[in-house]
Amino acid sequence: MAHRKIHVDRVFHALGDPTRRALVERLSEGPISVSLLAKPLAITLAAVVQHLQVLEKSGLVRTEKLGRVRTCRIETGGLSVAEQWIEDRRATWEKRLDRLGDLLEEE
Amino acid sequence: MEKTTVTHGTFVIERSYAATPERVFAAFQDPAKKRRWFIEGRNNEAETFEMDFRVGGTERSSYQMGPNSPFPGTVISNETKYMDIVPNRRIVIAYTMSMGERRFSSSQATFELVPSEKGTDLTFTEQGAYFEGSDGAERREAGWRQLLEHLDKGIAVA
Repeated sequence: MAHRKIHVDRVFHALGDPTRRALVERLSEGPISVSLLAKPLAITLAAVVQHLQVLEKSGLVRTEKLGRVRTCRIETGGLSVAEQWIEDRRATWEKRLDRLGDLLEEE
Repeated sequence: MEKTTVTHGTFVIERSYAATPERVFAAFQDPAKKRRWFIEGRNNEAETFEMDFRVGGTERSSYQMGPNSPFPGTVISNETKYMDIVPNRRIVIAYTMSMGERRFSSSQATFELVPSEKGTDLTFTEQGAYFEGSDGAERREAGWRQLLEHLDKGIAVA
């Protein structure tokens, strides 16, 4: 939680702009390419890219290039909940297999 | 109807044991031994464990979440079916995990035992489908909408 607080100022700065709020609102519906994201807005693609850079620095948005298309998505602050959950499952099995090792040594 | 989501994931865990594959296999086959390493050594309420170690056989275990957990008293249960057993070499299971009445994952897990100089190399592979509630995408989206609404209101007031 502590590392999230550090970004609060940046987050509020990023969301203090109506265009960036519109971008985040659109992205909360799902990942989209930068060009499609820019289409309904009355600003240039370059301006959208600049806004995305601010959002990316604040940790709100992540962009990645797949082939020739740059896609952006909402960033959830590190691992997604599902990924954390899979990590929990892995940790459970690691502990079990360590206990199996302990049991085999005791025998 | 509630929106459903599935997230797929695979992970591998490797361990090397100073015991023959026969002894490692016995720790899966013998219910008393299996319970000792499979169930976590914490004092959970109403812990149950039963197993039927044969292809098509079922294993069930459950426990109540403790007072310091996020959901005290909620029953977490595991239902496992043995899909393939090759003595001293391989065990394949399919299992679901539930919280109360709600299943939150369904996985296939494979244990491969390979004889080694030390004793046995074990490779565990889980291929899982993790359901809504374990992902939290809807909650995340709702959270974002709420945040943006608050922000809009805050700006309108200012």
